[in-house]
Amino acid sequence: MSKLVLTEEETMLADMARGYLDGAAPVSAFRKMRDAGQTHDTKMWKDMADMGWAGVLVPEDAGGSDMGFAAANVIAQEMGKTLAVSPFLSTAVIAATALRQVSDDRAKAALAKIASGDVTYALATDEGIKHDPDATQMEARADGNGFRLTGTKTFVVDGAMADRLLVLARTAEGLTLFDIPADRAGVTRVQSNMIDARDAARIAFEDVEATGEDVLGQVDHAMDVLRPALRAGQAALAAEMTGLAAGAFGMTVDYLKERKQFGTEIGRFQALQHRAAHLWSEAEVTASAILHAGRKLDEDPDNAGLAVSLAKARATATATLAVQEGVQMHGGIGMTDDYDMGFFMKRARVAAEWLGDYSYHAEKIAELRGF
Amino acid sequence: MSAVQSTEEFRAELRGWLEANCPEEMRDGGLGEDATCWGGRNWKFTSEAQKQWLERCAAKGYTVPTWPVEYGGAGLTRDQEKIFVEEMDRIDARKPLESFGIWMLGPALLHFGSHEQKLEYLPPIARGEVRWCQGYSEPNAGSDLANVQTRGEDKGDHWLVNGQKIWTSYADKADQIFALVRTDREAPKHKGISFLLIDMEDAGVETRPIKMISGISPFCETFFTDVKVPKHRIVGEENRGWDVAKYLLTHEREMISGGGAGLSGGGRALGAVLAETMENGMGATLRADAMRCEIDALAIGLTLERYKDQAEAGQGAGDASAMLKYMGTELNKRRHELMMTAGGSDALEWDGPLGNRAGNWLRTKANSIEGGTSEVMLSIISRRVLGLPA
Repeated sequence: MSKLVLTEEETMLADMARGYLDGAAPVSAFRKMRDAGQTHDTKMWKDMADMGWAGVLVPEDAGGSDMGFAAANVIAQEMGKTLAVSPFLSTAVIAATALRQVSDDRAKAALAKIASGDVTYALATDEGIKHDPDATQMEARADGNGFRLTGTKTFVVDGAMADRLLVLARTAEGLTLFDIPADRAGVTRVQSNMIDARDAARIAFEDVEATGEDVLGQVDHAMDVLRPALRAGQAALAAEMTGLAAGAFGMTVDYLKERKQFGTEIGRFQALQHRAAHLWSEAEVTASAILHAGRKLDEDPDNAGLAVSLAKARATATATLAVQEGVQMHGGIGMTDDYDMGFFMKRARVAAEWLGDYSYHAEKIAELRGF
Repeated sequence: MSAVQSTEEFRAELRGWLEANCPEEMRDGGLGEDATCWGGRNWKFTSEAQKQWLERCAAKGYTVPTWPVEYGGAGLTRDQEKIFVEEMDRIDARKPLESFGIWMLGPALLHFGSHEQKLEYLPPIARGEVRWCQGYSEPNAGSDLANVQTRGEDKGDHWLVNGQKIWTSYADKADQIFALVRTDREAPKHKGISFLLIDMEDAGVETRPIKMISGISPFCETFFTDVKVPKHRIVGEENRGWDVAKYLLTHEREMISGGGAGLSGGGRALGAVLAETMENGMGATLRADAMRCEIDALAIGLTLERYKDQAEAGQGAGDASAMLKYMGTELNKRRHELMMTAGGSDALEWDGPLGNRAGNWLRTKANSIEGGTSEVMLSIISRRVLGLPA
C-alpha cells in the first residue's frame, strides 16, 4: 500500500482547498448563513464544482477529476476546519461512489451532472434514531414492472435541498436502492431544525412510484452498491471531523496563549498544558487512521471496512474531546453564542451520529477482529 | 541482500530460510519473560534450539536486520524489514535476541560512533556476545536527567569515574554499561556531560538488584568508585554526550511505545485473547473496554507506521516521539488491566494458571515512568509542539 504520507498532489490539493475556504467559507460565513436561516450556498457549490471537487470521485470520461478517496478526504478535512457547508459528502462522495458501482449510461449521465455541479443528492437510509441500514423497514412493493415506496426516512442529510434521493427500501428478497427525483409525486419533505444549522430532513413516501429504471444496481442487492458508498461517506465524514477537531483545537491553543488570569497567560498552567498535549496526541493518532482509510479505499476497497470504521470511531472520539476541551478551556465565553466554539461542538455532535456513531463502528471492528 | 531484489522474491527466499532454519520450539510466539534470549558473556541458553536459533540468525544478520552488513546486520530496506516482521509473525517465531545494545546503544553508535567504534562494538551486539545496560538515571536525576552528578575527572589518558546510578536495568547481568557522566562541572548542565562506555568487570564497579513490586529484580543500583575509563571509550565529543543521550532516548521511547501498540499475542485481537480466558464469556463492560483498547491500539500502530513513512520522506517527526511514548505506554497499562480483569482470580497468583500475568501487569506500571514519565512527555509536547509558554 502507498505510504502514509500525503503525496505531492494531495499536499497541493490541501493547500488549494485551504486557500479557497479561508477566503470563501470562513467560520464567519457560516455564522451569516445561520443567522439568515440558510442551510446551503448555491454559489459556493458551483465554485467547488469548478475546482473539480464535485467530480473528485467521478471518472474522467464522465467529466470528473477522479482524484480518489484519499483526495476526497483531504478536501473534507479542509472543509471541517472552517465548518464549510456544502453537499460535498452527500453528493460528491456518497452518491458518486454509489453511481460509479453501476456501469450503464444512465449512471454515467448522472455522474456527469454531479461533476458539473448541476445535481445534488441526499442519502435516505435511516428510519430510526440510529444509523442501521440493515434494519430498513420501508416497503417497496412490486407493482407491475415497477415498485410502490411507502414509509418514512429520518435524518436525511441535505434532504431538503437535494435534487435527487438515494432511497433504501425492502423488496421481496432483500434491500434495493432507488435513485429518484426529490419532487416525485408522493414525496413530502420536512426540514429538521438541526443543532448544527445544516440541512437535514424527515421525508415521507406515500405510495411513491418507482420504475425499474429508478433502481440503482440490482433489485434485492442494494448493499453491493451502497456499501462502498457508505464507506466512502464514513471515511470522508471522519476526515471532516478531524478537520473540525483541528479547527477547534487551533482556537483553543491560541486562546491559551493570549488569555491572562492570575497575572499570566493561562497556557503557562501545567494542568491546561497537559490537557492540550493529550488532545493533540489523540488528534495525531486519529490523523493516521484517516490517511490509512483513504489509502485502503483507493487501493483495496473490498477490504476497507476495518480501516473505515477505525477512522470514523477514532474521529468521533477525537472531535468530541476537542470540542469539549475547547469549551472548557475557553471558560464562560466558550458557552456564548457570540463565540464560534459552540458551532464546532454542535457540528461535532451531528457528525458523530451520522453514518454510524462510535459504538456502531466499534461493533464492526469487534466483528472483524474476532471478538 | 541485493537492493534490486524484488520484495516478493525476498519474501519467498526468507520464507524458505525460516522454514529450514527456525527450530520448532522457537515458534511459540515468545511469550513470557523466560522466552527471551538476552545474550552476553554469561548467558545460559534455555535450550539447544535457542542457541541454534540465535547463531543461525546472527550469521544472516537477522538479529539486527536493518543494520549494515559490515556491522553484523542484514542491511534490509524498510520494505524488506516489514516483510521480515510479517514472516516472523506468520510462524510465531521468537525474536532470536533482545538487548539494549540492539534497541539503544546500536542506533546511537551508528549515528555518533567512529568507524572503529562501530567495528569494535556493533558486531558483538549483533551476535549476542556482549550484553549492555544503560547508566542514565541517578537518585537525584530521574525526570530531570540532565542533572546527573556522577563525575569523570580528566586524568590524561583516562577519566576517573565516581558516582552512583539507579534503575540500571539488568546491570547485574550486563557486560558493559553506557553511562552519562559529568565531565565539566562548570558548564551549564546540558553542556558538561559525556557519553562513556564502561566495562562492568572494571575495578570499582559494583551493582546490586532492586526488588520490584512485580516480584522480579530487573533494576539495579550501580556504584562507581575510582573507575578508570580509557579516553577512547567515549561516544561523540567530550561534554557533548547530551546529544547522544537524547538521540538514544528517542529510540527508547519508540521502543517502549511500540511495545504498547503491538497487540498481545502476536497480531491477535485483544478481545479474542480476553474471550479465551473468560470462563463464561466477556461481560458487556469488559467487551466495550476491549473494543476501545483495540481501536486505539490499531490507530497507534498506524501512527508508528506513518511516522516511519514520514521519516523516510524526509519529514522528521522530531518531538512527536514523545507523543508515541505517552500514548503507547498509557494504552499498554489499560490493556494489562483488562487482561487482569479477564483473568479474574486466576490472574492473582504468582505463576498461577495464567503464568506470570500478574507480574506482567505490575511491570507495565513502570512504562509511563521509565524513559521519561507521561507528564514529562506531555510537557515536551505542550512546549515544543504546541509552543505554549514555559
